[in-house]
Amino acid sequence: MSAGTQTKTGRRSGSYLLRRLGQSVVVLGIVLVLQFTLLHLAPGDVADVIAGETQSADPAFVEQLRRDLGLDQPLPVQFLYYVGRILTLDFGTSHAFNVPVLELIAERLPATLLLMISAIALAFALGAVLGIVAALYHGRWADVAVSVVALVFYATPVFLAGIGLILLFTVQLRWLPMSGMYVTWVTHTWWSYTLDVARHLIMPMVSLALFYIAIYTRLMRAAMLEVLGQDYVRTARAKGLSPARVVFRHAARNAMLPMVTMLGLQVASLLGGAVLVETVFGWPGIGRLAFEAVFRRDIPLVLGVLFLSSVLVLVVNLVIDLLYTRLDPRISLK
Amino acid sequence: MPDFLRRLLRSPSAVLGGLILLIVALMAAAAPILYPQGPWPMAGRPFSWPGTEGLPLGTDALGRDIAAGILHGARVSLSIGLAATAAALGIGVAAGALAGYFGGWIDDALMRLTDAFQTIPPFLLAIVIVVVVSPSVATIVLAIAAISWPGIARLVRAEFLRLREAEFVQSCRLIGMGDAEIILRQILPNAIAPVTVTASILVATAILTEAGLSFLGLGDPNVISWGTMVGMGRSDFRTAWYLVAVPGVAIVFTVLALNLLGDGLNDALNTRLHRRT
Repeated sequence: MSAGTQTKTGRRSGSYLLRRLGQSVVVLGIVLVLQFTLLHLAPGDVADVIAGETQSADPAFVEQLRRDLGLDQPLPVQFLYYVGRILTLDFGTSHAFNVPVLELIAERLPATLLLMISAIALAFALGAVLGIVAALYHGRWADVAVSVVALVFYATPVFLAGIGLILLFTVQLRWLPMSGMYVTWVTHTWWSYTLDVARHLIMPMVSLALFYIAIYTRLMRAAMLEVLGQDYVRTARAKGLSPARVVFRHAARNAMLPMVTMLGLQVASLLGGAVLVETVFGWPGIGRLAFEAVFRRDIPLVLGVLFLSSVLVLVVNLVIDLLYTRLDPRISLK
Repeated sequence: MPDFLRRLLRSPSAVLGGLILLIVALMAAAAPILYPQGPWPMAGRPFSWPGTEGLPLGTDALGRDIAAGILHGARVSLSIGLAATAAALGIGVAAGALAGYFGGWIDDALMRLTDAFQTIPPFLLAIVIVVVVSPSVATIVLAIAAISWPGIARLVRAEFLRLREAEFVQSCRLIGMGDAEIILRQILPNAIAPVTVTASILVATAILTEAGLSFLGLGDPNVISWGTMVGMGRSDFRTAWYLVAVPGVAIVFTVLALNLLGDGLNDALNTRLHRRT
C-alpha cells in the first residue's frame, strides 16, 4: 500500500469516527429524554420520597424542598437543568445513600466490570472451543452433545444457574463461598486478596457466562462450517499444512469475526444479567446498586446508573467497530 | 402451506419443541379444571417433599400446592410471553416497515430511536418501567415489549430495504398502488418468514425476562408465575431444593421448546437468517 492511499484510509476512518461519535451523541440525547420522561411518570417526586424517608409530613417543608431541588419548575426546564449538570459530570446526590451519585457508581463499577469481563472472556473462549469441536465432528455424537449443551445453557435463567451452583459447590461440596466478593474478617495481603476475589468470582462468572457460551458456541459452529468449506481452506489443506494449523490459523481466525460483532451487541444485555447475578451472589456491583436505587425510588441514582451504563455500551460498541477493521482489513469503515 | 408443514414435521427439533409446548399449553388449559381454587390455598403441611402427603410436587413454605402453582404458572408465563411478543411485533413491524420503506429522515429518526432503546441495558429498563408504573401483568407485558421491539424493527427494516426496489414492488407503483397497500399487502407478506422465526425466540426471551422480574420480586402480586416460585423458594433452597428445582425445570423446558421450535421453523422456512439475540 502506498503512502498516499494510507493517509486516505486514515482520513476516511477519521471522518467515520467523527460521524459515529455524532450519532452516539444523538443516541445518548434520546436515551436521556427517554429516561427522564420515564422516571417522571412515577407518581410523586424526589421531594415526596425524601419527606417520606425523613418521616416529615409538614407540607411547608415539602414545598421548601421542592423549591430547593428545582422541582417547582416545568418538566422541560428541569430536563435542561439536568442535562446541563450532566455536562459538568454532576449527577446529583443519592438520597438513599446520601453520597454523590458519581462516587457511588465509581465505587461499585469495578466489581461489575470484573464480573462482566471475566464472564465474557470465559464465554468467548469456551464458545470458540466448543464451536470448533462441533464443526469438526459435524453430525457426529460430539456435535450433537455440544448442541444439546448449548441449547440447555441458552434456556437456563441466570438466577437458576446461580442457585444451582450454590447448591452444588457451597452447600454440598463446600468448595466455594456463597456470596460477597471477599472475606471481610481477615486482613489481606494483595496476593491473598486476589486469590480470595478469584474464589468468590468463580460462581457468579460461570452463571453469567452460560447464556453467552451457548450463543458463541452456536455462532462459532455455524461460522466454522461455512469457513471450512471455502476454497482457501482447501488450498491450505492441499499444500500439506497440518490439520491443526489449518483449523486454528486459517479457519478459526476467520470464523471468529461474527463473534466479535456479537460482543458489541451483548454489553447491554450483560449489564442486565449482572443485576440478577449480583442479587443471587451478593456481588457488590452496579447492577445490585441499580436495583436498590429503583426500589428505593432514588431517582438521581437511577438516572445516573442508566445514563452511565448507556455511555459504557456506546463506548464499547465504538471500540469494537474500530477493532473490527484491525481484525479484518477487507472491511472498510463507511 | 401443506408443503411447509411437511417440512416442519420432518425437523426433529421442531417436533420435539412442538410436543413440549403442547404439554405446557395443556397444563395451562387444565389448571382451572384440576385446581379450580387457584394456586393460593394451603394444601398440606409446609415443606412437604414431592410425593409425600399425596401431593405430586409437594408444598412450599406456606403449605401451598406446588403442582397447582406450576399449572397456573404455565398460564401466566405463556400469556405474558405471547402478549409481550404480540405487542413487540406490533411496534417493531410498524417501525421497521416505515423506516425501510420510506428511508430518508423517517429512517434516520426511527433508527436512532431504536439505537437508544438498544443502548439502555434492556433488563434494567424493564425493571425501571415495572417499578415506575407499578408491578402488574399489563406493565410487565409493556416493559418486555419495550425492550424487545428494536430487534424486530431492525429485521423488518432490512427486509423492506431489500424488497422495496424489487420488480414486483416497482410494478405495483407503476399501476398506481398506494404506499399503505404496497407496505401491507405486497412487501409485508414477503417479509414474514424471518419475523416468524424471531417471534418464537422472542416468546422464549419474554418468558425468561418475566421469570427474572418475578424472581426479583417485581412480578404481579396477584398471580404466581414460575419466576415468583423460584424467588420465593430461594430462601429455603438449602433444605428444600425442590422449591427452586421444580419451577426452574418448567422454565428451562418451556424456553428450550420455544428455541427448538424456532430452529425448526428456521429450517422449514429456509430463511438465511442467522439467529441473533
